[in-house]
Amino acid sequence: MYVVIVGGGKVGYHLAKALLEDGHEVLLIERDRARCERLEAELGDIVLRGDGCEVGVMEQAGFNRADMVVAVTGDDEDNLVVCQVAKARFQVPRTVARINNPKNAEVFRRLGIDHTVNATDAILAHIEQELPVHALIHLLSMRGGGLEMVEVRVPPHAAVVGKRLKEVLLPQQSIVALIIEEDGTPKPPDPDTVLHPGDKVVVVTRRENEESLRETLTSPARFGPYGPVVAPR
Amino acid sequence: MGCGRVGSELACQLEAEGHQVTVLDINPDAFRRLPASFKGRRVVGNGIDQDVLRRVGLTEADVFIAVTQGDNRNVMAAQIAKHIFQVPRVICRIYDPIREEIYRGLGLETYSPTRITVGRMKEMVLQEPVPRRE
Repeated sequence: MYVVIVGGGKVGYHLAKALLEDGHEVLLIERDRARCERLEAELGDIVLRGDGCEVGVMEQAGFNRADMVVAVTGDDEDNLVVCQVAKARFQVPRTVARINNPKNAEVFRRLGIDHTVNATDAILAHIEQELPVHALIHLLSMRGGGLEMVEVRVPPHAAVVGKRLKEVLLPQQSIVALIIEEDGTPKPPDPDTVLHPGDKVVVVTRRENEESLRETLTSPARFGPYGPVVAPR
Repeated sequence: MGCGRVGSELACQLEAEGHQVTVLDINPDAFRRLPASFKGRRVVGNGIDQDVLRRVGLTEADVFIAVTQGDNRNVMAAQIAKHIFQVPRVICRIYDPIREEIYRGLGLETYSPTRITVGRMKEMVLQEPVPRRE
């Protein structure tokens, strides 16, 4: 695959490195000269110096034959323009944008970007693990069909605690992709997997089902094994 | 959005003609360009943040004009105004003529000072015969 990455910061660098190791053809576009030199010393002759938002630079980078364009600069507006121009002008089949302000996920989706990746939400989840507000975190938007990958943390008093996956009635077109136990161990889901408090359940779901999914996995049990359960505030 | 020379002058003229105008800029110093007589709201904030745009009243606005120095910022804010807040009239300045053409194709009402200045200057030069050098 030919992948063009715009933005040679830490994210761009590590992404380029990983894709190269997997045998893909990669081009990294970076504006800053000194940074370009460092990237070239590390990664070899795969760096193009220039403003990745400029159509001239995109032509030079071969956007017209790129299978994927990934925009990972620190500015959401630049990432948006790179992806939109890649699609409108060069018909790039897939575009991925990093978003820095989590609220822009919706904007990018409405403006036609295939995928967005958002570190802020993921980090927030770790900082504010105890806050129920962040019970559902967006990990990835998949535009084809309006699917989302989300992570839901199972609270201690949830009704689903102790149940097997096959006993949990998820909203339509929701599939559990992965379960991460509280100690961080990832586990492939199985119909007999028992849900524990603190489990992070990674689910692919439809956008409109998010709310009912969150409710299913987090609403408190009405009755515990020893009578009514008082849910914490 | 954008209280530079164009933004501040436009705001004043529209207000003088009886319209209700709010000026948004990320830098509070920019408002020094507005005369003390300007009665409209001055809001400090980032125009590519939906919450800020909601705060300045985009849900009720009839017109949104993006004239910051950054083409991409203007493009993004204008698209949020048009597609998320359904502002009936959105005008977006894009210096880069190529990017302007692309976003015009995508349905934005765009204005490229570069393209317009080049056209106008060419006209100025070519429209009248140039006197011969002695």
